[in-house]
Amino acid sequence: MGLLTSKQKEILLGPLSKNNPVVVQMLGICSALAVTSKLEPAIVMGISVTVVVAFANVIISLLRNTIPNRIRIIVQLVVAAALVTIVSEVLKAFAFEVNKQLSVFVGLIITNCILMGRLEAFALANRPWDSFLDGIGNGLGYGIILVLIGFFRELFGSGSLLGIKVVPQVFYDWGYVDNGLVILPPMALFIVATIIWVHRSRNKELQEN
Amino acid sequence: MEQMLNIFIRSIFVDNMVFAYYLGMCSFLAVSKNVKTALGLGTAVTFILVCTLPINYILENYVLKEGALAWLGEDYADINLSFLSFIIFIAVIASFTQLVEMIVERFAPALYASLGIFLPLIAVNCAILGGSLFMQQKDFPNVGIATAYGLGSGIGWLLAIVGMAAIREKLAYSDIPKPLRGLGITFILTGLMGIGFMCFSGLKI
Repeated sequence: MGLLTSKQKEILLGPLSKNNPVVVQMLGICSALAVTSKLEPAIVMGISVTVVVAFANVIISLLRNTIPNRIRIIVQLVVAAALVTIVSEVLKAFAFEVNKQLSVFVGLIITNCILMGRLEAFALANRPWDSFLDGIGNGLGYGIILVLIGFFRELFGSGSLLGIKVVPQVFYDWGYVDNGLVILPPMALFIVATIIWVHRSRNKELQEN
Repeated sequence: MEQMLNIFIRSIFVDNMVFAYYLGMCSFLAVSKNVKTALGLGTAVTFILVCTLPINYILENYVLKEGALAWLGEDYADINLSFLSFIIFIAVIASFTQLVEMIVERFAPALYASLGIFLPLIAVNCAILGGSLFMQQKDFPNVGIATAYGLGSGIGWLLAIVGMAAIREKLAYSDIPKPLRGLGITFILTGLMGIGFMCFSGLKI
């Protein structure tokens, strides 16, 4: 079976679709909406969250037997804040422009519900390696949704992808106009709603009554 | 005074935490099922925002910012601790929430019983940390304005969640396509409310 047992595979791949943090577990929605008006910040945000969740999971999992129950939220927040500070400094050094676009949302990874949710629900009860995989899986699941939203918003909103024009000039000459509404905040919500709609029509067991 | 009022009104309607920045979405979606709990959570969030924003403002301006330690003497004038701001802010918020929880439990047991579950969760509400981070970014001139901003953001969040809960209570009577029920329709509603709030964006005081 090599590196991963089948249970570990489930931990890693489950969050990508069946157990997706954004559209199924309803976590981490704040940042999923706010940073996705362009594709590039969406990708950077996805990677940052994956890194932070994975390592925070490992650290909390290593400490899980020594953390007193009453103050566990504060301990988790401190670990998360330390990791986010590192990520934020790295972004400032190597991707300053993107860091500016993300503005406060890098700092808000600390209170990203995916992070707290996974620490509470998984890392406190599982071994470090499993927790690491869980963090990677959830981070990627979150990243996929972000990239999807970012893709549609940048394509329809500014006719480009990653800053490169993809809608050919002839379309504009024929009267095609970029849809400015897609860039505005409310449209992100409609796109997420559409993703949820499609996802739930394909996975009937997720539907609510 | 005029500027204070301006910031206050703007933070409620124009820069609404939920509709303009999507902050506090997780609890916004999870707790907006009925008006009473929504009102409780909204009040608690407003309260914590009003209390933590001035504290964080003072910390930011007298401890963390570049040159903020100048009041300690010449030697400290060029220290820049701003990389510590995330940890300090979240520590203030988490400990304050814990403190408020203990005080409310001791002196107002009835309120504690109705809010009990939500109080500890407020520490991880992004609207609170978001308030502090925006405060840092916007560089307010004094504590009063920072407090007005906190109060306004809190009331804006309260308005949004109560409105949402009121709409969702009525949703029980409508026939929504199965895959959209629950989470999906809530997103669409939030989007529509957001478009509604966008009409305030031309507001000038």
